[in-house]
Amino acid sequence: MIVRISGEGQWRLDDDVRTRVNELDNAAVAAVEAGDEPGFHASFDALLSMVRADGERLAGDDLHPSDVILPPADLSFDEAGEDFTGEGLIPD
Amino acid sequence: MAGLGGRMSTVIKAKVSKILDKAEDPAETLDYSYQKQLEALQNVKKGIADVVTSKKRLQMQSSKLEQQVVKLDTQARQALAQGNEDLARVALERKDGLQAELQTLDAQVAELEAQQERLTESEKKLRTKVEAFRTKKEVIKAQYSAAEAQVRISEAATGVGEEMADVGLAMQRAEDKVETMKARADAVSELEAAGTFEDLTALGGGEDDIDKQLRELSTTSVVDDELAKMKAEIGAGSPPAPGELGAGDGAPETVDGDATDEGKA
Repeated sequence: MIVRISGEGQWRLDDDVRTRVNELDNAAVAAVEAGDEPGFHASFDALLSMVRADGERLAGDDLHPSDVILPPADLSFDEAGEDFTGEGLIPD
Repeated sequence: MAGLGGRMSTVIKAKVSKILDKAEDPAETLDYSYQKQLEALQNVKKGIADVVTSKKRLQMQSSKLEQQVVKLDTQARQALAQGNEDLARVALERKDGLQAELQTLDAQVAELEAQQERLTESEKKLRTKVEAFRTKKEVIKAQYSAAEAQVRISEAATGVGEEMADVGLAMQRAEDKVETMKARADAVSELEAAGTFEDLTALGGGEDDIDKQLRELSTTSVVDDELAKMKAEIGAGSPPAPGELGAGDGAPETVDGDATDEGKA
């Protein structure tokens, strides 16, 4: 599967990593819901590090769309709690 | 609640299809997409220019504040030489507030510098994809039947569209930062005009009363120290260099230069 980290680029990962991606993503969201800021940063950073380390970076002229798009690395705890839409991360 | 990846993907993909759906005739998708991509590149360039303009504005404000700092230091010395310690204290308090403000400004300039670099990098990435799309669309047109070409074009256009949406997000975030800084810079300019720099602490983001009191405490001791140092310099019988005192009214620029050297010594 192809994963994009917003603001950084795209990586191709083996499909069997999907579960691990989901686990870390869910852990990040659970931490946000629990108001656990350090927990959020730990899970989110681990998620991005895994994609960068285990994935193979796509060439700049590759035109494949991504299967999953992850938020930018500097996503704040507050932004993670928002909808990403409207007044959130991605205004319409 | 879906995961961060799920939410982000949904929003970006909705934006991409919004871009692509505008072409009503499938045969137009190619050229329409390419035209949109070129527009997006132009927009990113504009976005970068905006960040640069804001950065320059903050740099100008910073050098203005530096001049003010030098002036207040000179004024404090003058007041002290004339035995007006209260006035000297006020000048030093303002100087201290200004110096804190200068630090904030410098951090903001650095932040904008980083934004500028990031956007420039994004623009480069998008340009690479747009160029790849331009090449690919010619190949697709030449090699495939209309129906198959449509599928391939749509995929390639989605790939570039995703990059466009992503750059758009980066620009939006940069813009938000610039707006926040602008609002703060305007507030500082107003205070500067009103000469009420001792109130600068009120601008600190999210500072509560205790922070404020602690800050005032440290400001007071910094000012006390500075005052004592100035007194020692003036009182120690080592008369200051000619032109340093009493010349402040007439030729501020010359005085500023002298006082800068003195302040750093």
